Amino acid sequence: MPAQSNSRPSSRHITTSPSDSGDSKTVLHADDVARVLDRIAHQILEKTRGGADVVLLGIPTRGAYLADRLAARIRAFGSVEVGLGMLDVTLHRDDLRTQGVRPLGKTVEPVGGIDGKLVILVDDVLFSGRTVRAALDALNDLGRPRSVQLAVLVDRGHRELPIRADYVGKNLPTAREEQVKVSLSEIDDEDSVYIATKSEPRSESGQPE
Amino acid sequence: MSRNLLSAADLSAAEAQTILDSAEQMYAIQSRQVKKLPTLRGRTVVNLFFEDSTRTRSSFEIAGKWLSADVINISAKGSSVSKGESLRDTALTVAAMGVDALVVRHATSGAVQRITEWVDCSVVNAGDGTHEHPTQALLDAFSLRRRIGDLAGRHVVIVGDLTHSRVARSNVLLLHTLGADVTLVAPPTLMPAGVASWNCATSWDLDATLSGEVNGAVDAVMMLRVQRERMSGGYFPTEREYAISYGLNPRRLKLLPKDASILHPGPMNRGLEISSAAADGDRSIVLDQVKSGVAVRMSVLYHLLAGVDQPAPALEEVSP
Repeated sequence: MPAQSNSRPSSRHITTSPSDSGDSKTVLHADDVARVLDRIAHQILEKTRGGADVVLLGIPTRGAYLADRLAARIRAFGSVEVGLGMLDVTLHRDDLRTQGVRPLGKTVEPVGGIDGKLVILVDDVLFSGRTVRAALDALNDLGRPRSVQLAVLVDRGHRELPIRADYVGKNLPTAREEQVKVSLSEIDDEDSVYIATKSEPRSESGQPE
Repeated sequence: MSRNLLSAADLSAAEAQTILDSAEQMYAIQSRQVKKLPTLRGRTVVNLFFEDSTRTRSSFEIAGKWLSADVINISAKGSSVSKGESLRDTALTVAAMGVDALVVRHATSGAVQRITEWVDCSVVNAGDGTHEHPTQALLDAFSLRRRIGDLAGRHVVIVGDLTHSRVARSNVLLLHTLGADVTLVAPPTLMPAGVASWNCATSWDLDATLSGEVNGAVDAVMMLRVQRERMSGGYFPTEREYAISYGLNPRRLKLLPKDASILHPGPMNRGLEISSAAADGDRSIVLDQVKSGVAVRMSVLYHLLAGVDQPAPALEEVSP
């Protein structure tokens, strides 16, 4: 389980990223990411009437860190402890045959399970919607939630399935060939969201192109 | 990872770790109420067993089925093999039906390798003669890793009928890849020829090895089955003498460190190579090995089959 990071770099002078190929544009800086997560945490508290029965399920890799941070904020803002887990969807993906096998992420069932709970799936980028579809299938194997919602840091459009997010950090109109990258300080150098035009080897930002 | 799994030596350290890490997730699925994943839907796996097996065959079957592959069992008895069909014809016939993977066990070393030259589908070695049994080595490593953590720098002792053991050979290869130190212990007659070229130490003295006098403190000891069916006699005077010199009996159990694990690939000859006190004690992970067998084979089938439409990309380190 990733640890909640206390460091929140506030530098506004982020011009390059580790995987920056020189052709990228930063959309959210570290303090923007922090504010966006603050807002989503408040919205979850508001929309779920104080966070009762809420279980956050992060989709590895970066969704899991985001779920961690949201849980910490909800604890701070609403003095309520929400359930927290991780849901790896790799085995339910429909693109393994075309994109190839990938290592499995971790699935951690929240304490108390998900039966009858309000499950909020947390991911970094919402793109085609195929990851979320896989997550909905994977949820079936864990139990039967009362209802399922979706929180994402960035919604970049180009949906291929009838799926929408309930909580969106930032709506980001993009061209299909662009790539949206999310860096989080837990595993990357800093918090940021940026658009890369060139295709880069690391494509952790959710869906296949 | 390549299309086939023939030898434990085929796996790099990173690939082996990836298979073990994925198996960790599969292991968790085993304790769920619904043990079914859609990952290999539409794939067909054929278990082609020319030699008897209970746990390997059934765990491959369960592993395939839990991943939604269609699994068919063919054993030599009751098939055209008993009518005199050649290995090549049998393999080609089965492969011609459009299967995605053959899981093969054969009494002849190298038979599985030979099959890969004839067929286009993935081939998994489920034991060939006295050569290799890579999935057994993977599950041993997995089980042991669950008990004692990372295997790098740990000391594993493998005892028994090494000449006839494919398990020993695969284990030495894999444990070396994973960074563990291995000591093989057997009477001189059961020490394989050419063992000097293996990446391991050897000893004839089990008592000294278990007390840590040969190659340092022992983290795990793996007792191998005395394979009566492969014994043409003359390897040791009597079973009683073998049990006294090389069996893990209650006296010897006291020499073994308190936190060391005891493994056995099964089936066990109780009273011969392992005593009930050792097999059923706290330090034994024999039953966990069986449970791990399914998880590890799920992981192997996943990595070999789930993405075969195009060559698998280079394996990356698993992020948490």
